[in-house]
This record gives sequence, C-alpha cells and structure tokens, in this order.
Amino acid sequence: MSAFVTLDGVDHAYAGAGSALAVEGLSIAVEQGEFAAVVGPSGCGKSTLMKLATGLQFPRSGSVTVAGAQVKASVKIAGMAFQAPTLLPWRTTLENLMLPLEIVEPYRSEMRRRRAEFRERAEKLLASVGLSGQGNKFPWELSGGMQQRASLCRALIHQPQLLMLDEPFGALDAFTREELWCVIRDLQAASKITVILVTHDLREAVFLADRVFVMSSRPGRIVVERKIDLPRPRDLEVTFTPAFTDIVHELRGHIVKARQ
Amino acid sequence: MNRTALLIRLSPWLFTIGLFVVWEAAVHIFKIPVFFLPPPTAIAQAFVDYAGPLARNSWITLQTTLIGFALAVGFGLLLGLVVGWSRAIYAGLYPLMIGFNAIPKVALVPILVLWFGIGFIPAVLTAFLISFFPIVVNVATGLATIEPELEDVLKALGASKLDIMRKVGIPRTLPYFFGSLKVAITLAFVGSVISESVASNYGIGNLMLQAQAQFQVPLIFAGLVVLAVEGIAMYAAMAILERRMTGWAQRSGFAQA
Ligand SMILES: Nc1ncnc2c1ncn2[C@@H]1O[C@H](COP(=O)(O)OP(=O)(O)O)[C@@H](O)[C@H]1O
Ligand SMILES: [Mg+2]
Repeated sequence: MSAFVTLDGVDHAYAGAGSALAVEGLSIAVEQGEFAAVVGPSGCGKSTLMKLATGLQFPRSGSVTVAGAQVKASVKIAGMAFQAPTLLPWRTTLENLMLPLEIVEPYRSEMRRRRAEFRERAEKLLASVGLSGQGNKFPWELSGGMQQRASLCRALIHQPQLLMLDEPFGALDAFTREELWCVIRDLQAASKITVILVTHDLREAVFLADRVFVMSSRPGRIVVERKIDLPRPRDLEVTFTPAFTDIVHELRGHIVKARQ
Repeated sequence: MNRTALLIRLSPWLFTIGLFVVWEAAVHIFKIPVFFLPPPTAIAQAFVDYAGPLARNSWITLQTTLIGFALAVGFGLLLGLVVGWSRAIYAGLYPLMIGFNAIPKVALVPILVLWFGIGFIPAVLTAFLISFFPIVVNVATGLATIEPELEDVLKALGASKLDIMRKVGIPRTLPYFFGSLKVAITLAFVGSVISESVASNYGIGNLMLQAQAQFQVPLIFAGLVVLAVEGIAMYAAMAILERRMTGWAQRSGFAQA
C-alpha cells in the first residue's frame, strides 16, 4: 500500500526564477492519519513542498500523488493555514469560516439549501478551538491567537482529509503558541486527519509530530527523517523531559549541518 | 459634549468667518481698490445682483462635472477590473496609461472642440478624461494586492479566477475605489471649469471669463466662491459615501462600539 501523500524525486523551479531549482530530488511519504512535521532552514523549499502537495505548483520532474492519485489539479481534499490568518475583514468570523464551502463542491451548490446546517457546523468548529460565541465578531475584533484559531477552523470546515500548516504559529507569542499546539493536537487526535506541518520551531515539531523531516538548504530535499516515539497523548509537560530535549538537540544538529 | 469638542466642531466656521473679517478689514485699512481685490461685502453684493446667472451657470458646471464624473466611474471601474485581472494586461496598459495621464488635459480641449464643437460635450469629456485615471489605478491596485496566501487557500479548493475576484478581489477593492472617488470628483470639477473657460458659452468658468472681460471683479470672486462651495460639497458627498460603504476598512465600528 502506498502512502497518503507521496513526493518522489521531485525537482521544481518557479517560473521566472530561470533554471534555479527551489527543490531538487525531494522525496517524502506521509501515511494516512499521520502527523508529519517538516523543518529546515529558511528558503529551503518548505512552502514549495506544500504547494506541490496541494496542486498549486506542478513539478518539473518527479511525481506527486495524494490519496492514490497523481496530482494534476488543485487537491480539494486539503485545507491550508499559514502564518498570517488571512481572514477577510469585511466578513464576520463565522462568514469567514463559510468561505471554503462557497467554493468547494458539493457544498457550493448546496449552500442555499443547507446554510443553517453549515452555520451550525462552523459554530461547532469554533467551539472546538475555544471560540464559542465569537462567530459574530469581525476578525479585527479578535486577538492574533484567536484569529489563528479561526484560520485553522476555516482550513477544516470542508472536512478535508489532509491539513497543511505552513508555519501557522510563527507570529504568535510563546504562551499562545503552546496553547495552539494543544488545540491542533486535540483536533488531530479527534479526527485522525493527516497533517503536514511546516515549522522552524523544533520543539513544536517534536511535540506534535509522529515523524519529523529535516530539509537541506536550497535546493531543498529531505536529509533526515526522525520518528518521534514519545507516547500519546502528549502533555506540554513532556517538553521538559530529557527524552524530548534529546530529540530536539539531535534535530538541531541536523539543521546546523543542513545549513552548511 | 465638553467644551473642547464643541470648540473643535465650531472651529472650521470660526476660521472661515475670521478669514472674511480680516479680508474685509484689510481692504478698508489699506484702501485696496475694488477692481484689484473686492471686499467680501462687495462679493456678497455681486451675489445679489447676479443671482440668476450665477445660479444658472453653477448648475451647468455641476451637471457637466457630474456627467463627466459618472462616465469616469463607469469606465474607470471597468478598466480597473480589466487591468487588475491579468498581469499581462497590466504590463501592457500601464505605460500607456502613465503616458496618457502625463498629458495636461487642457491640451486636449482644442482637439475635443475640433471634434465636437464649442460647449457642453468638450467640457464633459475633459472632466471625464481628467478624472478616470485615479479610479483605474486604485481599483487595479486593490485587485493586484490580494494576499498570495489567501489566493492559495482558495485556489487549493479549486476556486476559479472569477471566484477569487468575486469573493475577495472586488470586496477588498471597494475601499480603494471609494477612496479614489474623492480625488476623481475634484479632478472632474477642475476639468469642466478649465474647458468652460477655454471653449464654452456656459458654466461658471465661462461666466468668470466674461466678468473679467467686463472688469466686473466682484463677480469674478463670486464665481470663485461658488466653485469653492461646489467643490467642497462634492468632496464631502464622496467622503460620506466612502464612510458608508466601507466601514469595515476604517474599523469605525470598533471605535464607536
Ligand atoms: N513564487 C516564486 N517565484 C520564484 N521563486 C520563488 C517563489 N516562491 C519561492 N521561491 C524561491 O524558492 C525557494 C524556496 O522557497 P520557499 O518554499 O518559500 O521556502 P521556505 O518556505 O522553506 O522558506 C526560495 O529560494 C524562494 O526564493
Ligand atoms: Mg515558507
């Protein structure tokens, strides 16, 4: 059986960047229901990996498969969230959550008929990340952490099988960030959704992931793959145990090497 | 309302009245002749004496400006959407638009007169030509500055370009668009008055030109006052429209809640 998300020997260069490759010989396989984290130096092609796996970019050579099919168009079974929450300021939080449903089928054509049901789903999702009753506020009335929670909800509203997170907590303070780690941890435990998390925070990667992939500097490829066998459910306390810090140290060593 | 707030509300009026008082006093103290700088009272007298022509011509100028402005809004919005839609069109049209915008529009009036004769139409077209540019630029900018991450989120869901325009591009362009209307209406007004002074038999611009020929200096100044009042009124109308339509962009609900 093949993995849920597979990149195999992928080279990619952006149009306009000449022949300079962003990633070269990139291979990664993420199993269904797995929580994968990708770390690497800045500019190494982590976001490019995300775009390749969701069909926003297509490889120059090599193959990308998601859920058993070659990626030829945008992958509609994926939800995405980024460092910036990118909520629309003219929509309430709840209306922001509904945006993907207005785009993606089959919800799009059922929007008119099932609006009430969708609203209820959005409200439930908000409640699950600790935002119950905040749906009628505008994004700019929410704190940064709350906006990022709402952004996560927007990524999940169409019940995707794959969640792509590109440095989603990078702009938050340390306390809020750790709160959101727990939010993501619980969401993933409850839904068993496949997650690919890009981050530059090694503690974040080790705390959340089943496997951590380390990328080389540009052109990026995977240089180390590290299984994290800390028992689940993991509590924030685990981040202070020697086992945890040992893994973080080990990964740090790989990153330092990757940057050279 | 406390005293400072009241003072701030009243201060525009106080300053305006103050300006006229100082003006009146200066004219009398320095014995400035009426044909050089008429005092406000003489200008007021001109308003009474020429109430009919002033009203008729300012109405014409207003109409000219508004029709030219309406054309500019329609055309500017359309061209802005087209330019903001595709990078290729943007790249192709941008130098042309810059070049066109660089031409002082008064230089186009003779051509317009050649094509349409003296009068209403060249004035409307001058108002239109001078005022559509800021609308185009603002609408195109609003479309071109959609956050790429947000575009990725939607594209990954299979959103078409039209979906992205409808859901994100156009709503986020509205504040830019309404913001540009304040600038555009002021420019349209400049355009119609220029054209009226150069090539028309109607309008405040023409009335001022005739007053000058007949050395009716208070009437010239009365024309200026009419222009100032009309200009302020149109600007204010657009500012109110902007606030009404794009409250979310000004976060005003936040401050007032
Ligand atoms: N749209 C683009 N056009 C051209 N080059 C790009 C584009 N996006 C990224 N790149 C280049 O590709 C490389 C990898 O970028 P990215 O995947 O964003 O890195 P990361 O997310 O790891 O910081 C970088 O060197 C970057 O300059
Ligand atoms: Mg990145």
